[in-house]
Amino acid sequence: MSGEGAAAGPDAPAGLAKLVMPKWGLSMSEGRFIGWLVEEGTDVGLGDGLAEVETDKIDGVVEATSAGTLLRRLAQPGETIPVGAPIGVIGPGDADPAVVAAWAAELQASFIPGEDGDSGPKTETLTADGRRLRFLRVGGGDGTAAQTVVLLHGFGGDLGNWLFNQEPLSSSSRQVIALDLPGHGESSKELVTGDLDELAGAVGAFLDALGIAQAHLVGHSLGGAVAIRLALTRPGLIASLALIAPAGLGAEIDGEYIDGFVAAESRRDLKPLLERLFADPEIVTRRLVDDVLRMKRIDGVTEALTAIGAATFPAGRQAHVLTADLAAAAVPVLVVWGTADQIVPPAHAGAAPVRARVEVLEGAGHSPHMERASDVNRLLDAFLGTV
Amino acid sequence: MARKLSFLLAINEAMHQEMARDESVIVLGEDIAGGAGGSAGNDEAWGGALGATQGLKTKYPNRVLDTPISESAFIGAAVGAAAAGMRPIAELMFVDFMGVCFDQIYNQAAKFRYMFGGNAVTPVVIRTMYGAGLRAASQHSQTLYPLFAHIPGLKVVIPSNPYDAKGLLIQAIRDNDPIVFFEHKALYELEGEVPEESYTIPFGEANIVREGSDVTIVAVGRMVQQSLIAAETLAAEGISVEIVDPRTISPLDEDTIYESVENTGRLVIVDEAHPRCSFASDVGALVAQNAFHALTAPIRMVTAPHSPVPFSPSLEDLFVPSPEKIAAAVRGVMNAKAGARR
Repeated sequence: MSGEGAAAGPDAPAGLAKLVMPKWGLSMSEGRFIGWLVEEGTDVGLGDGLAEVETDKIDGVVEATSAGTLLRRLAQPGETIPVGAPIGVIGPGDADPAVVAAWAAELQASFIPGEDGDSGPKTETLTADGRRLRFLRVGGGDGTAAQTVVLLHGFGGDLGNWLFNQEPLSSSSRQVIALDLPGHGESSKELVTGDLDELAGAVGAFLDALGIAQAHLVGHSLGGAVAIRLALTRPGLIASLALIAPAGLGAEIDGEYIDGFVAAESRRDLKPLLERLFADPEIVTRRLVDDVLRMKRIDGVTEALTAIGAATFPAGRQAHVLTADLAAAAVPVLVVWGTADQIVPPAHAGAAPVRARVEVLEGAGHSPHMERASDVNRLLDAFLGTV
Repeated sequence: MARKLSFLLAINEAMHQEMARDESVIVLGEDIAGGAGGSAGNDEAWGGALGATQGLKTKYPNRVLDTPISESAFIGAAVGAAAAGMRPIAELMFVDFMGVCFDQIYNQAAKFRYMFGGNAVTPVVIRTMYGAGLRAASQHSQTLYPLFAHIPGLKVVIPSNPYDAKGLLIQAIRDNDPIVFFEHKALYELEGEVPEESYTIPFGEANIVREGSDVTIVAVGRMVQQSLIAAETLAAEGISVEIVDPRTISPLDEDTIYESVENTGRLVIVDEAHPRCSFASDVGALVAQNAFHALTAPIRMVTAPHSPVPFSPSLEDLFVPSPEKIAAAVRGVMNAKAGARR
């Protein structure tokens, strides 16, 4: 929490606890309060759904963060409320109503939202090898973290793809950094060739610029191939590889997806393509499509994606099969694949080196870190705990 | 996460970025430089009547032309410069003043491509303020975009939020046709996420501002924001409103409007312009012609009255479609039981 007002506040009278606007994903600074699901006076258990909130990206249910009776509903339907602001009071059913009312009033009066209403970490940029790279750093305590994990998104993605993973994977002893690969997100769009060497070189230069001597890489799809290439070219720098539906383990790929994604200019073009990224097409909301379109409409993105696509996935095939290289790389490897992947065949998991840990997620599509986030987080956390 | 910017600064940034990108982009208009004093003297631009061109004169002293009060002259100059290969952005302070230079716009700029066999382009952007709410009376408060949408050869752009303002203005500057770009004065302070890099939004692509299943609201400019407020009220009553913002009314994304009406069966059009021969009546007629089968209730229009904008503050407030009036119209179509066929 930034801003002392957000963390501070009046002391709670015995037994009372406040319910606050939650923070879903790093970009959320406020939520629109849709309505309550339970009446005042209802007994609630930890994790019970109490209210509905809508954000720019996702909708969700506010869960009880303590057990007891919902004594006070402070938020009103239609209100836009900053993250961390009090929306209700939970406590013992026999609490003195006057005390509850007084504390609720005090909570509301004393709440000060964080700067810009945003209490989360902010993206940063650095310049490495003349290239601007945007990144987001979470966890790691005072900067002496024992472990650094770097998340590499796939073709056409950005650091926001790790929305459901980055914070859960972080801790005071583990910093987790997501970056926008060159040509993506808010990193530089200028590329020389757009090939794997250029992308891997940029990630290496990024780690050097941050003074990171050793990192664990988590790569999705194209980011997986980038990770493998970097582990080969900078062996001392990379401590382990966690590959989620990675490119580079076989020649097949859905070339129609790659070419269609680059060419798509409208929601109508893009939506059916994005639906191939998930086992459940319902995940592809209008807002998700709009966000991807917004990214594609930034100057230079189409040219960058065209170059990367031509260098790595020409004519509907993968240009680089890195299985021998991966077998030779002397680092622990985790491979995670969904059985319903429509972009890169899950059979490629069979090409992983024998020492690799291979985890197959039944029924998951090409983006298990988004649609099966808790499963993937659990697998990554366990793997990172052993390397 | 992403940076927030006001509608006004989003427009300012679009001009800064396009002037840096393309030397043929020039800016001309009244009071677009000077005015605020400051360390750089007269060149320290306040930047237009409300500050949209701030900083341009200092950075590009030879490409920012602060003109006399002579709309017919500088709009004509902008059109001529466009025909001669420049990409001028002309700031015509209030759309109400367009009358004195209308020939340059609808008889010249709008006709060149057509009359010269497709060989001439006129990449001029006319930025202009519109709308009521500033206590500026009948000659500084009008919503005149229907006049321009009526003319073939002109493109008419009406952003409703900062993100769209920047992307649509960059698209307008790069477009080879004459464009009238409408900015509602009451939106300038509105903040929203705006990428720092340059980006474009294609013309003729409606934005679904809010998804819903009971009623479609079609609105542009400030009326999108008014409709959002109404939709919140209605959501609390259990009415789910979808808001379609065409963003450009010429060209118009008819398909997205029809698709939305197919889903909801009900249509309310919200327009700050007068009701006759307007954007609202146009959309109403199109839907009646092309998606009549989908309608389960009569189409409603919420517009300003057929009257000049009043100077009296209390009357001006009543003049502009309010969230309350919009919500009442939506309730009305919800209660209509396909009355025509009993």
